[in-house]
Amino acid sequence: MALANKATTEVPQRQGTRPTRQRSLPIISLVLGVLAFASIMIAIPMAFLYAQTDVVQGPAQRIFYFHVPVAAIGMFAFVVMAVASIMYLWKRDERWDWAARASAEIGTVFITLTLITGSIWGRTTWGTWWSWDPKLTASLVLWFMYVGYLMVRSYMGRTSASANAGAVIAIIGVFDVPIIYEAVNLWRGLHPAAQVGVAGALPSDVVLTLLVAFAGFALLYGFLMIQLYQLQKVQTLAQRLRATVEYDIYV
Amino acid sequence: MIYVPDDNVCHDDALQGAATHTVDPYVQIVGLKKSYGLKPILRGLDLSLQQGERVALLGANGTGKTTLLRVLAGLTRPSAGTVAVQGFDLVQDAQAVRRLVGFVAHQPYLYEELTALENLLFFGRMYSVAHAHEKALELLGRVELAKRTRERVSTFSRGQIQRLAWARALLHTPHLLLLDEPETGLDQEGHTVIDTLLREHTERGGTTLFTTHQLERALSVGTRVVLLNKGRIGYQQQTTALTLTELRGVYGQAVKP
Amino acid sequence: MKRVFFEQMWAILAKDVRYELRSKQTWTSMGMFALLVLVIFNFAFDLHTENTNAVAPGALWVAFIFASLLGLGRTIAAEREQGSMDRLLLCPVDRKAIYLAKLLGNVLFISVVEIVALPVYAALFGVPLLAGGLIPIVLLGTLGIAIIGTLFATMAAATRARELLLPILVFPLIVPVVIAAVRATEALLVPTANEPPWIGLIIAFDIIFLCVSTLTFQYVIEE
Repeated sequence: MALANKATTEVPQRQGTRPTRQRSLPIISLVLGVLAFASIMIAIPMAFLYAQTDVVQGPAQRIFYFHVPVAAIGMFAFVVMAVASIMYLWKRDERWDWAARASAEIGTVFITLTLITGSIWGRTTWGTWWSWDPKLTASLVLWFMYVGYLMVRSYMGRTSASANAGAVIAIIGVFDVPIIYEAVNLWRGLHPAAQVGVAGALPSDVVLTLLVAFAGFALLYGFLMIQLYQLQKVQTLAQRLRATVEYDIYV
Repeated sequence: MIYVPDDNVCHDDALQGAATHTVDPYVQIVGLKKSYGLKPILRGLDLSLQQGERVALLGANGTGKTTLLRVLAGLTRPSAGTVAVQGFDLVQDAQAVRRLVGFVAHQPYLYEELTALENLLFFGRMYSVAHAHEKALELLGRVELAKRTRERVSTFSRGQIQRLAWARALLHTPHLLLLDEPETGLDQEGHTVIDTLLREHTERGGTTLFTTHQLERALSVGTRVVLLNKGRIGYQQQTTALTLTELRGVYGQAVKP
Repeated sequence: MKRVFFEQMWAILAKDVRYELRSKQTWTSMGMFALLVLVIFNFAFDLHTENTNAVAPGALWVAFIFASLLGLGRTIAAEREQGSMDRLLLCPVDRKAIYLAKLLGNVLFISVVEIVALPVYAALFGVPLLAGGLIPIVLLGTLGIAIIGTLFATMAAATRARELLLPILVFPLIVPVVIAAVRATEALLVPTANEPPWIGLIIAFDIIFLCVSTLTFQYVIEE
């Protein structure tokens, strides 16, 4: 973190602004990390002990407290990625690209967890490891988009063409996911599938546990974002430095 | 000298306005940087071209000569810095700049399965050239390809392809001509042809920037010599004030490993 | 200004059509491929008259999608192989015009293949070809695939794994078109009540992504 903060980017700072954002990132990251850890540590016993057992599904329903926040944040990460990509195309500032890549990597992991927990939950509730339920299907497609994004970024290296390509994928994707959800909804709406929604108002202990879990994973996302952003920054600057040195030696 | 195009190709009002008064300098490059990926090629280039100049760009391989031409031709964006051609900014008014520029590069930028005439007519439509058919036929005659007008480019020899590339570049009467090692691939006949074309271009008030490895040509064709070293200008001098021996000396120093 | 835009677009389209007519490479392979997929479906699902209607819509669209992706990859790769999207980038042409020209060209090529494949499909699967409404579904669905495919084929052409990367990027994104087109085709063969507005979905998809792709194309080809 210290190294990332010391390194300067090619982007010129505007006159008169202090790079406070750079200096305070480690502190923010530390705070977020501690809070995330604490929240998740609280959420785990809450999920297993405090929240009531679901009448219909039994103890297996507790996976809901991890599945829902992870899924929501996985999708949120995609939106962040798309917004950062639009900002990159607009401002041509590579820092937005770093943020997009960071969010993509986190999102991929979160969606993978969504699929796994969703599959496990489905197995215990419906007896199948997979169902073409709209939410799960949309998550699967989202997973493919994330992986596609990472693959393209990896193949194309650290060029502006790579950043542009990634940005376009993110923008197209963010418009597509709602349409995909709707299409699958219309499709599966024809086939009566076991709905796993919790009918009626949720009891307060469930809501509280869910909120704590949500907070924990949201904080975790923030923490990881800062860490991965700094990692992108250091990687880019290191490679750029190496390229400059090679150029000086060999040309 | 005011550059007066001999056909009215302008559909852009701004362009018409600018064409009637000189811009000094014609090409202004300030702090140009270009990196491919993370590899820096151009590292802070400052160069001005006056209207009517023929500037010879020299330098070892990899110092950024071709990259500079590609940036001016609008094929690739600068990483930093500003470039202005006839007052138009390269990034903001990219299309206006492209209309002013003709580029003869290593690649001919032609379509192999189309005939010579079809190629020129296509580019004529892309550049909105008026009376494109007549102009194309006239140019094909000038580059000694009149007999091969209706034959596919895939059947052409290297020299013929190069000459057709010149025709393509000149079709829209560019104000700025960019040439990347123009003498390569040409036979003796071709040399005479392009020398004439180049002379006429300058007489019309056009500016030229060309790269070459042949120092003699740099001095005979160019009005100024610019040496690139590690992505920046290392040396420049008017050719009238330079002898071949002096140039050899400077060049040898620069390209020394 | 607008007139120049369309003039350039038609010029690029005409050039591409002429080029393809002369090299003849892509069309013929696409056509053969589509027919082969249809035949293989016949063997794979051991069709009898009872189960034809269940498999037929899917078979048709699988054939079209795979053939389209093959074709898309080839046309863009051909342009890139000679190092020369540069030929177009050199010209003062709006990048949006380039995209629209490429899109129309691709739709045209794929349509020609479909025109050949449809009668064969009708014969193999015993489907009434001119069941009113099949043509619009095919056209709109093809447009949707081509809109996304043209954009990503250009992107993938810059990488070395382009033949693999293109399907990976395109398939997830065209899921709505696939679902809607297959269901709409199914509805033609076996009309049911309360069918969701599949064609409306495809139209919405086409409009939205035509706009988004046209605007983002310039970022994919410029260096």
